[in-house]
Amino acid sequence: MDGSNKALNFLRKYMMLIVTVLVVIAFYFITGGKTLNPDNIDALISQNAYVFILGTGMLLCILTGGNIDLSVGSVICLAGGVGAIILSALSKTFPMLQWWPVTVLAMLIMGLIVGIWHGFWIAYVKVPPFIATLVGMLAFRGLANIIMQGKDVMVEDQTYLDLFGGGDSCYVPDLFEKVGPEMVINGNSLNKTCVFFVLLFTVVYVLYTFINRIRLIRQGYKVDNLAVVIIKTVLIAAVVLWFGYKLSCYRGIPTALIWIGLILGLFAYITTKTTLGRNLYAIGGNEKATRLSGIDTRKVMFSAYALMGILSGFAAIMVIARGKKAGPTIGDGYEMDAIAACFIGGASAYGGTGSIGGVIIGAALMGIINQGMSIANTPVNYQKVVKGIVLIIAVLFDVIMQMRRKGGKKKKAAQVAAVQEGGAKA
Amino acid sequence: MAKVLLEMRSITKTFPGVKALDNVNLKVEEGEIHALVGENGAGKSTLMNVLSGIYPIGTYEGDIIYNGEVCRFHNIKDSEKKGIVIIHQELALIPYMTIGENMFLGNEQGKKYNIDWNKTYAQADMYLEMVGLSDSSKTLIKDIGTGKQQLVEIAKALAKHAKLLILDEPTSSLNETDSRALLDLMKRLKKEGMTMIIISHKLNEVSYVADKITVIRDGSTIETLDAKTDDISESRIIKGMVGREITDRFPKRHDVPIGDVMMEVDNWTVFHPEFAERKVCDDVSINVRAGEVVGIYGLMGAGRTELAMSIFGRSYGIGISGDLKLRGKSVVLKSPKQAIEAGLAYVTEDRKGNGLVLSNSILRNTTLANLSGVSNGIFIDQDKEIEVAQEYVDKLKTKTPSVDQLVGNLSGGNQQKVLLAKWMFANPDVLILDEPTRGIDVGAKYEIYCIINDLAKAGKSVVMISSELPEVIGMSDRIYIMNQAKIVGEMKASEATQENIMEVIVKQGSETDAALVEDVEIKTDYKADAEAGEEVSAAEEGGEAAENTEEGSEV
Repeated sequence: MDGSNKALNFLRKYMMLIVTVLVVIAFYFITGGKTLNPDNIDALISQNAYVFILGTGMLLCILTGGNIDLSVGSVICLAGGVGAIILSALSKTFPMLQWWPVTVLAMLIMGLIVGIWHGFWIAYVKVPPFIATLVGMLAFRGLANIIMQGKDVMVEDQTYLDLFGGGDSCYVPDLFEKVGPEMVINGNSLNKTCVFFVLLFTVVYVLYTFINRIRLIRQGYKVDNLAVVIIKTVLIAAVVLWFGYKLSCYRGIPTALIWIGLILGLFAYITTKTTLGRNLYAIGGNEKATRLSGIDTRKVMFSAYALMGILSGFAAIMVIARGKKAGPTIGDGYEMDAIAACFIGGASAYGGTGSIGGVIIGAALMGIINQGMSIANTPVNYQKVVKGIVLIIAVLFDVIMQMRRKGGKKKKAAQVAAVQEGGAKA
Repeated sequence: MAKVLLEMRSITKTFPGVKALDNVNLKVEEGEIHALVGENGAGKSTLMNVLSGIYPIGTYEGDIIYNGEVCRFHNIKDSEKKGIVIIHQELALIPYMTIGENMFLGNEQGKKYNIDWNKTYAQADMYLEMVGLSDSSKTLIKDIGTGKQQLVEIAKALAKHAKLLILDEPTSSLNETDSRALLDLMKRLKKEGMTMIIISHKLNEVSYVADKITVIRDGSTIETLDAKTDDISESRIIKGMVGREITDRFPKRHDVPIGDVMMEVDNWTVFHPEFAERKVCDDVSINVRAGEVVGIYGLMGAGRTELAMSIFGRSYGIGISGDLKLRGKSVVLKSPKQAIEAGLAYVTEDRKGNGLVLSNSILRNTTLANLSGVSNGIFIDQDKEIEVAQEYVDKLKTKTPSVDQLVGNLSGGNQQKVLLAKWMFANPDVLILDEPTRGIDVGAKYEIYCIINDLAKAGKSVVMISSELPEVIGMSDRIYIMNQAKIVGEMKASEATQENIMEVIVKQGSETDAALVEDVEIKTDYKADAEAGEEVSAAEEGGEAAENTEEGSEV
């Protein structure tokens, strides 16, 4: 019983990671190794940046009880449209000044306003989230089209594009290009800045893991088995190094990766180490118990949607940079990518469980499947079918786990009923 | 002698670890109203679940002989085919469907793919007339009161051609007039040849309506009383219900000084959130002192939980009026948050529904009500959090491999400890414990009692709500008795016995149901009887009971 539970828990925790690895290996052979070429690794990040960002926000909503936000695609269209119009108008009128900071701020504020709008209806008026955000999905798309008059708006500010992952030069410049001898492996000239930062990151990560472990042991806390920790650390370090090597073979660190890293890191911290994060999980696990524990559940719901709004605004910044334009159909269907990433990454459709790590895996897996199939020349429509199947498998696992738990509960409830027959009824 | 319609022979039903029914025998004659009485958890509902096939054949031992043949029910459908229909305490009607649709749900008239609505409603109207309901069968359920809904349930049963009708606490959610109407309907149906089994806590109603009364205690049949030949006064029934020995199940509290009044509630009135005209607490006044354990005893539905939750930041009920004083000062608590800040804690009876986040760890549950205790308001100090959780695990002897264990994987007793830990960490002055030992085993119960004693020793005020008489008597310093939304009595635990507490409830019940009393001769007899009984129990059984309480709550 205990053993099988342990195995199940292990599977629940790592199944999608294992699946991802298998998928990567499969595509490696199907495409003759093309998927792991440096340029494709790079594209994987840049193309899917929005999924990571939106998935993060969507996770917050899903944690509160399986609630989703359908409007994010439309919000990207709206915020992107507003941003592109402001940027091009101001740049034309006052070309001597840098207008991208204003634009970025405007788009974030736009996102926040939308988030507050949703949060108000959902948390305080108790409109079901599905409906409130469906309204947003329709209305904001329409509003965006009205503002843009149904036409594309170009984004031409080079600084903006470089910073947020658009165009050919959206990489961290190679600061150490002139330092030391040229590094060449397999005929590729490596980007030294990238190499430096990846090594730095790896060393810091390993040091932090072990210093923290020593600190915990000194204070008398229980810690994981040393062998397990070492294996885990070595694996993670290996993946990071390999990843960094691939990137440095191409053009170095894409700016988009830095933004993704910052956002994911920030929200990983928020969800695990702050009271707000704790409350999100608690509400999804048991809303009534949370309210009776003196937590203002409305405020927490409101925060989830407000943060989702800001993150939609941020995703818009990156989406219009990547496409170098805002347009009427931009962001169409993005909400589904974000939702799928969360569920594939192990977020429960009933709320209360899920993690940023899961979102990373979910978004990456979806991106890998997309890209792998494109390279293997699978028709687009088949790609959609495959993505659907992956999603149902991921969610099925969650549902089966829930059923097992409920089954256990039923047995227990019967026992309780026996002892307290009157009580069970009341 | 009338023909025996139903005989249940030596029924034994065991759940893992518990013998819920032990060799129970029940004989019901055709055309009689047979009452089943017993304390909460005595096994009444389990017995009826066996009879109606909810617990299928094979999961229990013994025979059911119905209409002269041995029956083997695999599910409810089987028993309904034979004409055995059970009406549960919780009404099973769908609010946004019409009366007619509800009555024939699962029993649709006409063809499977073509429901004959005309026939449905014609039939429905016919049965409604039989139960004396004049509403159209096209009325929505949500538009009629609970009293009428109960009648619809009976009509629904009749539509299934019931020969034996089982009513589980049919009047628990009804007011006096509606209860009266229902009981009269039962008498009328009896005249028309219907056989009925009624489970009820309201003993005055039982004596009013029943021909025979079977008393069940701790899973065994104690006795069957016949209205024609035996004394069926309430005091007589009670004797059968509670004649249990109190063993040394309660740890003693020594020399705990009782201080000033910590919390005082005056003229507290609360209305039901859905049925706005129903009072769930009616002019209730209670108080509790520092270092004191106050018990609130009452049967299910007496309004105890409603009282506690309405005090705890108005988390239940509407139209709340009354005065709440903490340490002598009037306070208004509008949310659980304010209540916690004011030093109140409410430990729910429904630990899975209202208490714990089962998908979270012990650690996270322990600190949930007092996150500011382990954080600066925004950022959580996780080292401190682990320390706190571990401290409570050690202190309350919670059995778990680590504080990271999910609460959903713990046993009931350990879950209860986590729940207590959560509220102890919130550092309240007043703890309201609602059924703190429900559904947990005897060993864990003893540990919970020890925790309660420790809280009192630490100068906390404890209000313990319970429907287990021995527990209330054994653990409390003072006892309030609650019945039908009112506080009907207050006594020192040292003076309390199971009998005199039940007497208080019965007495109040018969006063409010005055109309009922007047009609029945037995009732008027009973009144004198009850008073006499009180004296008797005080005198005669006083010796034994006092001994017991001494063991329990010696201070």
